Amino acid sequence: MPPTVSTEPNQGRNQGSSPGLSAYADVTASETSLRRFLHGLPGVDQVGAEARAAQLGTRSIKTTAKAHALDLAIRMVDLTTLEGQDTPGKVRALANKALRPDPSDPTCPSVAAVCVYGDMVGEVKSVVGDRVNVAAVATAFPSGRAAMDIKLADTRDAVEAGADEIDMVIDRGAFLAGHYLQVFEEIVAVREACQRPDGTHAHLKVIMETGELQTYDNVRRASWLSMLAGGDFIKTSTGKVQPAATLPVTLIMLEAVRDFREATGVQIGVKPAGGIRTAKDAIKYLVMVNEVAGTDWLTPDWFRFGASTLLNELLMQRTKLATGRYSGPDYFTLD
Amino acid sequence: MANDPNVFEYAPAPESRSIVDIKPSYGLFIDGEFVDGHGSAFKSINPATEETLAEIAEADDADVDKAVKAARKAFRTWSRMPGKERSKYLYRIARIIQERSRELAVLESIDNGKPIKESRDVDVPVVAAHFFYYAGWADKLEYAGLGPNPQPLGVAAQVIPWNFPLLMLAWKVAPALACGNTVVLKPAETTPLTALLFAEICQQADLPPGVVNIVTGAGATGQAVVSHPDVDKVAFTGSTDVGKAIARAIAGTDKKATLELGGKAANIVFDDAALDQAVEGIVSGIFFNQGHVCCAGSRLLLQESVADEVMAKLKRRMGTLRVGDPLDKNTDIGAINSAEQLARIRALAEIGEDEGAERWSPPCELPSAGFWFPPTVFTGVSQAHRIARDEIFGPVLSVLTFRTPSEAVEKANNTPYGLSAGVWTEKGSRILHMADQLRAGVVWANTFNKFDPASPFGGYKESGYGREGGRQGLSAYLKADTKAGA
Repeated sequence: MPPTVSTEPNQGRNQGSSPGLSAYADVTASETSLRRFLHGLPGVDQVGAEARAAQLGTRSIKTTAKAHALDLAIRMVDLTTLEGQDTPGKVRALANKALRPDPSDPTCPSVAAVCVYGDMVGEVKSVVGDRVNVAAVATAFPSGRAAMDIKLADTRDAVEAGADEIDMVIDRGAFLAGHYLQVFEEIVAVREACQRPDGTHAHLKVIMETGELQTYDNVRRASWLSMLAGGDFIKTSTGKVQPAATLPVTLIMLEAVRDFREATGVQIGVKPAGGIRTAKDAIKYLVMVNEVAGTDWLTPDWFRFGASTLLNELLMQRTKLATGRYSGPDYFTLD
Repeated sequence: MANDPNVFEYAPAPESRSIVDIKPSYGLFIDGEFVDGHGSAFKSINPATEETLAEIAEADDADVDKAVKAARKAFRTWSRMPGKERSKYLYRIARIIQERSRELAVLESIDNGKPIKESRDVDVPVVAAHFFYYAGWADKLEYAGLGPNPQPLGVAAQVIPWNFPLLMLAWKVAPALACGNTVVLKPAETTPLTALLFAEICQQADLPPGVVNIVTGAGATGQAVVSHPDVDKVAFTGSTDVGKAIARAIAGTDKKATLELGGKAANIVFDDAALDQAVEGIVSGIFFNQGHVCCAGSRLLLQESVADEVMAKLKRRMGTLRVGDPLDKNTDIGAINSAEQLARIRALAEIGEDEGAERWSPPCELPSAGFWFPPTVFTGVSQAHRIARDEIFGPVLSVLTFRTPSEAVEKANNTPYGLSAGVWTEKGSRILHMADQLRAGVVWANTFNKFDPASPFGGYKESGYGREGGRQGLSAYLKADTKAGA
């Protein structure tokens, strides 16, 4: 069963009418007020944040807990290919893998979504139908350097082609230059472009490219900015910039969605993407979700892994846990 | 897990205890050998289960005398040995500690009740670091700031507490040996096992007999050790009451003393702090090692403008603390070390309630056997409450508020103790200002309970005198060469 995010628009969101969210209308009314708000958020102590992330990484997840975590992690994967060399054949193969990650084991769950460039949405859709979501990157991914009307057209194309989810990039240049309102308005506009004629909307993930934002203070500010602008998910990276997802960055984002829900009643998802390659790493992220944001986020509706090679690592560990034997990579499909 | 698929339960992940071999009984370690004691043997128990771990010999006055004589004899050769030779022994001990780190960590957790994650990641690594650090000093004592040829004091009587059994041993033994002293050490009666394993490590390292002697027992043994007439130096870590008794006992003698005693540290959070990290610091400040830490941040001082926000975050964070089996790798808070200490914590917590402070603990299930106390926070505490003044030495946090930096300083300093303090602010100048104003031996900024062998540690006022660690820690075990310049 695919995550319910796109079929249940605004699930968990209290809409703009929520007294919580409307209280922030003044914040986004002007460049000055938005700047004042974002810079008024509590700072992040880098040493402390990294120590906390490392500490959570020492949790020892064994036996039944590991089995649970591996299946959950598989269900949270946005199986991704974002290459210039992607072909219809390649993405159809990936789509099949998304449906049946382990063909030899029918108990193995499907992944959450397949993530591709906008022009491949139809190909994926023709394979997965409604069984797995289709996510498309848009807005001049990965750099975000294009005119606004092109970014919006990019988005509308993907939505029309049937994308359930849109992964947009923010204009990091504008953010670093301090033009917060510009970034905010771009996200609002893309969110509108996600709207479908039937009143639902494609689920919007906002990629902050945290590797380019550099500081945790920036990550926290960008997270709040994206959430206030109407993003359904905040996402670390495109996967094209190093460093991509890290545990401390994800920690800051999980704190942000936790605090945002407390302040507004609106729940936002989190997606670390890029650089998560091992099952052990994936489990560390789940531990962090569990202990920082809480169990409400421990579903594919609210937490995703943007990854490609991670899936096979999860499958190998899953098989090893079930059979006691570690099979080589030849026992798992390439894609 | 079966009912709610979202709940992520961690399966038990216990560290195996098979790595450590606990003998049914232990003697005293005198002159390089294990010998029988002549007092009445006592038992060391596992505070998490109340099972008896081993029978421990008690040293009487005659045993202590033998130990001091052995130390005196060894002093003649050990003190004259070139520093670089002494350093070889210390390096060797440090390396053996690293090699046997898992064994030491498991044993420490079994005997003390502290979580394996702390004994494994904090206690034992810092113990090894301490020996490495002072091994490096052994041949450089002329740079200690005590003249060209500083001399060891002689035989050091060292009495250590149960909260960090092996770490306190390292703090005492490493600098003493590096400086050329020999030692008679008495570990706490509830936690002697890692000290006795350390004795085996001394044998394994071929340390000359008598350089380290370990006598086990309770208060009477400790008293015999510190008041022995042929002891030149007394080093004690423990309660202020016992520290005062020791100071009285050695008054009028020429024994040198360092005392590291109690504390009631203020952990001060300003409104411009990095709040999420401050909450982590509050948690590690008071719940690290079940709060059995003399420098624990047991008084939380919150600026009123962020008090509610911080308390909400703190309570949520406390809800994720895992209390239970010390050997489980996912345990955050282990067992209280003894029935006696548990009774004291309970009594002070009840006084806190009686005096009108509001008590809160997260829902948490405590094991039925053993000694346990849930992580607890008291709000609405004022300076007049006993829980704001007395050292509880348990996982109990007292929360007070302040309005201005000067009020924070006044409240923080308004205590008979002065061992440590914490300051949380993103403003560098405020950190420096506060560090200047706070009367505490250690002031941590945007962190808490960080220990490094290169950093001196010690207290103001009733928290004791003398410094341990760093170059300053050498002066506790050296005297300036009176013949220098002659």
